Amino acid sequence: MLAKRIIPCLDIKDNKIVKGVNFINFRDAGDAVELGIQYCKEGADELVYLDITASYEKRKTFTDLVTQIAANINIPFTVGGGIYELKDVDRLLNAGADKISINSAALRSPYLIEEIAKNFGNQVCVVAIDAKLETNKKWLCYLNGGRIPTNQPLFKWAIEAENRGAGEILFTSITHDGAQNGYANEALSILAKSLHIPIIASGGAGTPEHFKDVFVSGQSDAALAASVFHFRKINIKNLKKFLWKEGISIRNK
Amino acid sequence: MNVAIIKYNAGNIYSVYYALKRLGVDPTITANKKLLQKADKIIFPGQGEATMTMHYLKMHNLDELIKKLNQPFLGICIGMQLMCRFSEEGNVNCLNIFNIPVLKFQQKKHEDKIPHIGWNTITNLKGDLYKNIKEKAFVYFVHSYYIPISEHTIATTQYINNFSSSLQIKNFYATQFHPEKSGEIGEKILNNFLSL
Repeated sequence: MLAKRIIPCLDIKDNKIVKGVNFINFRDAGDAVELGIQYCKEGADELVYLDITASYEKRKTFTDLVTQIAANINIPFTVGGGIYELKDVDRLLNAGADKISINSAALRSPYLIEEIAKNFGNQVCVVAIDAKLETNKKWLCYLNGGRIPTNQPLFKWAIEAENRGAGEILFTSITHDGAQNGYANEALSILAKSLHIPIIASGGAGTPEHFKDVFVSGQSDAALAASVFHFRKINIKNLKKFLWKEGISIRNK
Repeated sequence: MNVAIIKYNAGNIYSVYYALKRLGVDPTITANKKLLQKADKIIFPGQGEATMTMHYLKMHNLDELIKKLNQPFLGICIGMQLMCRFSEEGNVNCLNIFNIPVLKFQQKKHEDKIPHIGWNTITNLKGDLYKNIKEKAFVYFVHSYYIPISEHTIATTQYINNFSSSLQIKNFYATQFHPEKSGEIGEKILNNFLSL
């Protein structure tokens, strides 16, 4: 039976892991590889590395980091950030990434999804969507890491992304992100009913129960989290034991 | 040991290269016929689309070469599909090492998502490739087309329907899953292949 996936996400800025992981002494990009290896050992099913470096010059160092990750990690990993055109995808896949994720670039130039799918296959193309539940109860998409609002409705855009050739949707609820009160299960279950491709849920994980909820009521295929893993609030091995006991289909090593 | 990875227009070739490096092997990535013929072991990896990859193999006369190889040979993912008779992906004739067609997954209910992405179990394990691998071990899959169960099936996986997650005939081995991305289980399977 296909297992639900647990995915730690590592944000890399100027070649350092961000989101407060400094307190466990992971400071530079070399340590981004070390932390990845550690998560693999704990039973992570996949890893996501997001390059949130703003400057173009630093992109080369992220590519070098991707090579290091590929050389050291024996599970699939996705990379995102700074992908605007096909040659960025080519560069990262050649460095050893299994999948790439595009976010703002896809919203601005939706045909990029088709181009990636056509050239590298649908399975390579993860479309990441950041959306917020507005006061009028509508979910709208945001650009640039949640900084710039758009008029694009979440569900409409997710369906369009699938139709254009996305292999998976990585949905982050800006409303839930950081609050550690659980995932956006209602929106996620609507997505699950609307789409025919796997959905990775992101934003809101705080307890093991939240993971169970996102798989059961959110009907997600995978759950992504950062802080709860980096701060050692949740250990992946223990999390998987809990989910297994709760009857969730989980990979045991 | 002299291990060759066939270089062609498919993605993910470097993942296999790195996985072998981690096992202490220094593989050669090549499309050179002489190097391939004298290798001890050959891996035919990749992600990609059947028509494009098959066209490339024919253009470089690799199709005839592959069929005549005698050393242990391992096709992975699209590599496995290209070893079959015919693929519904682009309706293309393939290498016909395994006389079985490659079919597209047909969604039966809404939850049946295509591609089949993620960790799934392998059962009915047969032969030395699965030596010391437990039934229901989890391995990593990414594919939209599948190979039905046949007399050559040496591992079975259930997704939408039962399909061949691994095949073998003589020196030719194949896996639909990616051992190079399947954690410690995948490393064991690759090691078993290297020990054949």
